[in-house]
Amino acid sequence: MVRRSLQAEGLQLWRGERHVLAGIDLGVGAGEMLQVTGANGSGKTSLLRTLCGLMHPEEGRVLWAGRDVQEDLPAFHSQLVYLGHEPPLKADLTARENLQYWVGMRRPLSAAAITAGLERVGAGAWGEQAVRTLSAGQKRRVALAAVILCAAPLWLLDEPATHLDGDGQRLVGRLIDEQLASGGLVIAAVHQDLAVKSAGPRRLELSTA
Amino acid sequence: MSTPALHAARLVLMRDLRLAVRQRGQFVQPLAFFAIVTMLFPLSISPELARLREIAAGVLWVAALLASLLALEFLFRDDAHDGTLEQYALSGQSLTWLVFAKTTAHWLLTGVPLALMAPLAGVSLGVPYAALPGIIAPIALGTLVLSLIGAIGAALTLGVRRSGVLLTLLTLPLAMPVLIFGAQATDLAIRGVSFAAPLYLLSAMAVLGVTLAPLAAAAAVRISLE
Repeated sequence: MVRRSLQAEGLQLWRGERHVLAGIDLGVGAGEMLQVTGANGSGKTSLLRTLCGLMHPEEGRVLWAGRDVQEDLPAFHSQLVYLGHEPPLKADLTARENLQYWVGMRRPLSAAAITAGLERVGAGAWGEQAVRTLSAGQKRRVALAAVILCAAPLWLLDEPATHLDGDGQRLVGRLIDEQLASGGLVIAAVHQDLAVKSAGPRRLELSTA
Repeated sequence: MSTPALHAARLVLMRDLRLAVRQRGQFVQPLAFFAIVTMLFPLSISPELARLREIAAGVLWVAALLASLLALEFLFRDDAHDGTLEQYALSGQSLTWLVFAKTTAHWLLTGVPLALMAPLAGVSLGVPYAALPGIIAPIALGTLVLSLIGAIGAALTLGVRRSGVLLTLLTLPLAMPVLIFGAQATDLAIRGVSFAAPLYLLSAMAVLGVTLAPLAAAAAVRISLE
């Protein structure tokens, strides 16, 4: 069996005159977490978007299980879940409907699985509410439900604890611990450390160009 | 186990239809525009039906084309803003199928209602009842082609602020054959002559559009996500 791992080699990314990623090398294996830190504008989001294939670096490559992800992007995408700054939820749909369409597009999903996912993130009570009526923290919890329901081995999370209260931040830590314990990989862009108990999340500090 | 591509596309289609039901404004706007434009002509030219009948095909098609363009700006915009398009691109599914599903939803929500509404506007322009099928079929086919062409333009202009004018400038030249053959089909139907030939041409354009436009639009969406 091929061991799950994500590696980046010599990533160089330019946006106009700005050198966003200047030769980034990283490697994360099964059960490991990498926290990407840095000031605003240091390229944390760009790094995550490059790793998942949304942005194409001028130089360098990303490898999943030892293979260049560009060889088969859809196969790589089916192995990852990416959660950006803002959760991609439709305000006029309920939390449950959003999960049904978002996650259902990736894998078959029963109503019971959605209920279980919502309850796991403490969002069971507002599953039938339109997302426009939810607070930013509640929306974040619904997005976290999508992340766990996708059941992907690789999580790429951009500020996963944003808008969450203390309980919500501990929830993010627990979910990441469970993901790592099951052999998953997590790369998270953060401003402050997540409440992760797993031994030694590694750190990559980006500096502003 | 991952979701089959066609099922994923069906989910996108159902999601867009459900959203349209809950956000009626976007769905009603092109229809209201079409109704207003076609009603203004009898007021501004002459209430004489024989005279209106002469220009009915042109009026109906120009109004349908502009109404269709009006709705295009919304095709990908909201999904791009809230990150849904990113999730489509990262879903592991074929983005071409998902874009095709979105375009189909757009046509079902604008083109089909326009085609169903056109006979009412036609009657007010003096079109004989026998000619009404000659209005519905070409407008239904023509708006499908317009949605497909427009999807490419909408995807290409995703990163542009206030993209409406640019989108129109991009799409209009490509839409001219649809306007020419569509108006000709409707005009022939009003005159009581067979309109099969221009309808076949519209059908051929629709087949070409269904085959190629989603591929081009998906590529443009990928570029816009960078």
